[in-house]
Amino acid sequence: MSTNLKKETLATRILGSDGAVSVLVVLLGFLVGTILVGMVGRNPLNMYKAILQALSGYNIDNGRMNVRYIGETLNYSVPFILCGFSMAFAARAGLFNIGGEGQYIMGMTVAQIIGLLGPAVTGLHWILAITGAMVVGAFWGGIVGILKAKFEVSEVVSTIMLNYVALYLSRIISLQLPGATTYKTANYPDTALLNNPFFRTITNNSMLNNGFFLMIIAVVVYWFIMEKTNLGFGLRATGFNREAARCSGIPVVKSIAISMAIAGAFAGLAGGIVALGSFRYGRVLSGMDNYGFNGIAVALVGNNTALGTMLAGALFGLLKNSQALMQSKQIPKEITFIIQGLIVVFIALRAAIALYFAWRSKRQLQKEVLKK
Amino acid sequence: MEHAIEMIGITKTFPGVIANDNVTLEVASQEVHALLGENGAGKSTLMSILFGAYNADSGTIRIHGNEVDIKDPNVATELGIGMVHQHFKLVHNYTVTENIVLGMEPKNRLGVLDIRQAEKRVAKLSDMYGLRVDPTELVENITVGAQQRVEILKTLYRNAKIIIFDEPTAVLTPQEIDELIEIIRRLKAEGKTILLITHKLKEIKAVADRCTVLRRGKYIGTVDVSTATEQHLAEMMVGRAVQFEIEKQPAQIGDVVLSVRNLSVADGLGNLKLKDFSVDVHRGEIVGIAGVDGNGQTELLYGLSGLSPVVQGTILLDGNDITHATIRRRIELGLGHIPEDRQRHGLVSDFTISENSVLKNYYKAPFSKKYGILDYEKIDADAEDLIEQFDIRAGRGVGTIAGSLSGGNQQKVIVAREIHLSPHVLLVAQPTRGLDVGAIEYIRHRIIAERDKGRAILLVSFELDEIMNLCDRIATISKGAVVGIFEQHEVTEREIGMMMMAGAKSDGGEA
Repeated sequence: MSTNLKKETLATRILGSDGAVSVLVVLLGFLVGTILVGMVGRNPLNMYKAILQALSGYNIDNGRMNVRYIGETLNYSVPFILCGFSMAFAARAGLFNIGGEGQYIMGMTVAQIIGLLGPAVTGLHWILAITGAMVVGAFWGGIVGILKAKFEVSEVVSTIMLNYVALYLSRIISLQLPGATTYKTANYPDTALLNNPFFRTITNNSMLNNGFFLMIIAVVVYWFIMEKTNLGFGLRATGFNREAARCSGIPVVKSIAISMAIAGAFAGLAGGIVALGSFRYGRVLSGMDNYGFNGIAVALVGNNTALGTMLAGALFGLLKNSQALMQSKQIPKEITFIIQGLIVVFIALRAAIALYFAWRSKRQLQKEVLKK
Repeated sequence: MEHAIEMIGITKTFPGVIANDNVTLEVASQEVHALLGENGAGKSTLMSILFGAYNADSGTIRIHGNEVDIKDPNVATELGIGMVHQHFKLVHNYTVTENIVLGMEPKNRLGVLDIRQAEKRVAKLSDMYGLRVDPTELVENITVGAQQRVEILKTLYRNAKIIIFDEPTAVLTPQEIDELIEIIRRLKAEGKTILLITHKLKEIKAVADRCTVLRRGKYIGTVDVSTATEQHLAEMMVGRAVQFEIEKQPAQIGDVVLSVRNLSVADGLGNLKLKDFSVDVHRGEIVGIAGVDGNGQTELLYGLSGLSPVVQGTILLDGNDITHATIRRRIELGLGHIPEDRQRHGLVSDFTISENSVLKNYYKAPFSKKYGILDYEKIDADAEDLIEQFDIRAGRGVGTIAGSLSGGNQQKVIVAREIHLSPHVLLVAQPTRGLDVGAIEYIRHRIIAERDKGRAILLVSFELDEIMNLCDRIATISKGAVVGIFEQHEVTEREIGMMMMAGAKSDGGEA
């Protein structure tokens, strides 16, 4: 068969690269979002002004700069990114972890318990609380992994159920904590907070905290485990072809349990960071924060890679931070949810786009052959 | 000479590939015409164009002298073209007749399905062509050979004048192949035109009148089968001289390495498919397991490799009891496995060649360094060697995604990995299924070479040719038990065929 593979068009090269497709999809999402804003009679430019301000801190209308916005955007990004990793890590091992939310809630709850009742020792207290959050997140994910690996229980079903177990369990526990009312507990001692005075100063009093460091470490850890270690190799092999992995002697049952546990640890970490970084008191949840669910979209946009998921999470954080700014500019904040939804829809449409380009390159090849 | 089919100057491209490049095929009326070519030569594409599954980019098609535009398979059916697919398109829990009338169900005046009427017609057609199919039997209860005859009936029921057979013998036993050849002769005698797609030369010699050869999407030539030798056809197909018989030295048989005693293994549904199976494999010999598909070969391989739990019996490897050992432990003790289903068990098709080449030992030195960190440089260098040693054709070297390789090259990756692990015992299942002549030749030579290095090899194959050619001892298996074990020269292919059939399923009833 004679080939023409060397002559790749720009389009096929873009589609060959997952990253480029994601960028394309995000741009498409914004494009449609812009049109929608125009259709409801608002000026789309205001939407971009809000986003620009959330991104850079620069207010284009009055020319003022406030770095606090940058800090807030980064702070909002942290749980999105970590919950993205929770989804992505399991996805790389071939599992669909919808339980990021439950793992996140459990992490948050345990961080609150340790934050309120743990030893108030500087430096040790918050580390202990965060570690506890990760451990319980890993446990919450690990249950699913073991059920799946040993008894073939669908992880989709068990994670969804455990999300609700986590939510109500969290309420029961949090109501027992010191000073608990129907929506909050007493304030944490200062030793439990993730507060970082240096970050605070350089970002003009934003909520940016040590959680940001932890997130960066998580990105590196994720990348390293997946791409560089033999643990990641086994997980990826299991994810792509479970039977071939098993036939090659890879302990598939263990791989699945481990990957769900690590996925849970990422979400638990996110819960711990939100509990001790964004609030001074424990919360008695009445509903879900939805970071876990948004993590699914983040991982989809980020193609389950370390860098991609981080950038996608940052985008979601940016949109969340620009919501308030948009409202002050008469742009309904719901547009950010619409854009997020559109991005996911376009990702799903990716197969269709690929088909279109395959068809086009075929036409081109036909012409060349017929000319000959 | 009147032509039933004329396909002139057919060109068909797929993204990145020219599958048919100005191909011409002329089939005379009422002849058996073979279309010969290796995998990927463009045979299937050409036939799909004739059957209306694809549209050609350029070229003309004439059926019985009239130029036609075959837009979809319905047009092909109207023109009297029928196709017997390689993978049967049958609904398993429907009866033979229900399958045959599917899509054109006969109705009575009230518009109610009238299956009796169809059954009568199917029975009549079946008699007329000697197809021996019971129209009321469920498809799942009849043999593979009978299922194929149902496919033939399907085309006859739709009044096909031209019948295309796509690799019809791939799934049949020697006896069933003989029967099929009889049926084809009968169809021809009744005035049908037969187009036979195959890469098996024996069958062409047995049944075809003329043969058109394709190579790499190009038309090579059309020859009279009676005047062409197999050697000549093979050279046209491959483009170089081909060696048929494998030369091998007498086996240097050593001690027992793999000892299987009274092994019983169940299938996924819990049915005992392998019962009380015992065999010994010595150093330096190839033991073949001959049998019809579905008689316990898969369970034997699964039990030995650890994919399925052993119900009863023992497996000793070099004296170590591995009956209930984990798969990894078996591999570490020196059990190699070239699996039956290479897509499912052999390769991670999204992984690169490098990654696939270390699938079984990635966690060990030198591929993993301290703390479980992978040494990709080492892995790539190693894979580079394998690509060279095993002549793996990959567009992008070690970084090529395994799924993008041709079937032959995928198999070479697996064979390379397993041989490179230098196992004491090598389980080999269907090593050459679906591969082209060049790759088959190569892989068989590598297996013999392993034997000569003193490895113990257990070969499972549904191709008797392969068993007869390669093995030093042959065990026939039927209904999950050994029927007999023989030295290579003690038995003929025919005798083994008889033993294989001893336990086969009923033949669909004598209608």
